[in-house]
Amino acid sequence: MNKQPDMRVKIGSLEMKNPVTVASGTFGYGPEYADLVDLDRLGAITVKGISAEPHIGNNTPRTFETASGMLNAIGLPGPGAAGFCEKYLPFFENYKVPLIVNIWGKTVEDYGRVTELLDAPARVDALEVNVSCPNVKEGGALYGTDVDLFRSVVDEVRSKTDKPIIIKLAPNVADIKRFALAAEECGADAVSIMNSYPAMAINIETRKPELANRTGGLSGPAIKPIAIKLVWEAAQVVNIPIIGMGGIYSSEDALEFIIAGATAVAVGTANFTDPSTALRVIDGIESWLAAKGIAAVDDLVGTVRG
Amino acid sequence: MNQEKTTVLEHRIFQGEYRLLKLSAPAIGPLVQPGQFVHLKIPRLKNAVLRRPFSVFKADAESLSILYKAVGQGTEAMRDIAPGEPVDLLGPLGTGFPMVGQDNIPVLIAGGYGNAALYLQAAALPVKGVAFFGGRTAADILCVEEFEALGWDVRVTTDDGSLGTQGLVTDALDPWLAEQGAGAVELFACGPNAMLKAVGDRAIEKGLTAWLSMDRNMACGVGACLTCVIKRKTETGWEWARCCKDGPVFNAEEILWDE
Repeated sequence: MNKQPDMRVKIGSLEMKNPVTVASGTFGYGPEYADLVDLDRLGAITVKGISAEPHIGNNTPRTFETASGMLNAIGLPGPGAAGFCEKYLPFFENYKVPLIVNIWGKTVEDYGRVTELLDAPARVDALEVNVSCPNVKEGGALYGTDVDLFRSVVDEVRSKTDKPIIIKLAPNVADIKRFALAAEECGADAVSIMNSYPAMAINIETRKPELANRTGGLSGPAIKPIAIKLVWEAAQVVNIPIIGMGGIYSSEDALEFIIAGATAVAVGTANFTDPSTALRVIDGIESWLAAKGIAAVDDLVGTVRG
Repeated sequence: MNQEKTTVLEHRIFQGEYRLLKLSAPAIGPLVQPGQFVHLKIPRLKNAVLRRPFSVFKADAESLSILYKAVGQGTEAMRDIAPGEPVDLLGPLGTGFPMVGQDNIPVLIAGGYGNAALYLQAAALPVKGVAFFGGRTAADILCVEEFEALGWDVRVTTDDGSLGTQGLVTDALDPWLAEQGAGAVELFACGPNAMLKAVGDRAIEKGLTAWLSMDRNMACGVGACLTCVIKRKTETGWEWARCCKDGPVFNAEEILWDE
């Protein structure tokens, strides 16, 4: 009989009781799935992107299903930092789950302001910095694909908070290692890999793009092998932890990310397919480790052979 | 809101292209309010990441049923669902129809199988008024006897005149409304957008209350992803409202029509 494996992981000073969180934008602001998912069972919850000011987002249609995936161009609508703190933070007083708030801005100063606003509330445990939204025209993806701009954002956020900061990397770069290293050098506590992949679908009858924004981000099982490769590459050059995400539907998917080099993982699109996915992934990782006699999930991180 | 592994009790052709799917759903069925919907994970639909939303047609303590027609990849795959098969369901979801205002005569307005979303409301309303059902052709007019059995006065229109009066549902509604006294009528509608807008415009013009069940492409179904949003009027302009959570039923006065 094997001992219960140790599922705990650390993202900077953030302690997670298991390595599974949810991907920003797929789980709302917290309450939406609370009827269906015991939030306190998650390693952490990551809420939808928050900016300094409220934002209206894109027109509809905002999503489109594709083979083994979906496109989205929601455009980061949200209540702004003050609105989030007022409307949603009280909800989390009833939960113990660590809270990661995803943040974004249109300018470097915006990133600084939203960081300041979310640095104050004690209930916010960490910030995930979206430098790679493919669907916002101003700034958005640019900060994720130009390494100098990228550094300026990470520096700005780092200067405004001592909470753990996780930089969410864009997948559509020539060399993910440069960005992962830049994040580490600028004092980030972790990187998350990957955001959705810029993509497009066109209706051949109307000849119009399927999304009002014309292009969007591809997520779901279709992108998992891309994400695995990017995690594996980044893991070879950085010492900070990586949160792996992209098409995780099962514990086997999550284990593949961990073996590739991810310390933690996030379930995204699968929440739409089956809200119980994240909990199944937690249970599945634990029983797999136990069956293999692996004492701690941390022992598996980056153990890819060859 | 629950997630339930339901079992298919019955799956058959209801009429023409329309099918009825009845599921054993003791965790969801008894909670369903008129106008709410369920989010169904279609079995064996490989490569699809999204569920499909369906208005609840009927529901009781043990089961619920939906009416559907194959209109896309998802509903086409549904035709292969077999009795006894497990079906993963989320529900009941959304904000449905309110009770009719006191002293108001309730009026139901449906386009095609939109009346599936009105059946529970038709059963729940204490007063039975008039139900206007419109469709392209006779084959698209469903459930007339069922609504009549509940005590509703059903008026049918078809585009081609193959059943009832020829014309749009509003062609039958307008003269009827003109005969009514002011303020005493309340409308409950489900159908295509053009019909809903036409019904809503009439209600606003005449100072009547109309409740419209809106249909938009949906992803999560629980209010998290912000896919299915429509514009809802505010004092200063408009805001996005979620069809899956704030709706699908909205007061016509709230809706800012884009199209």
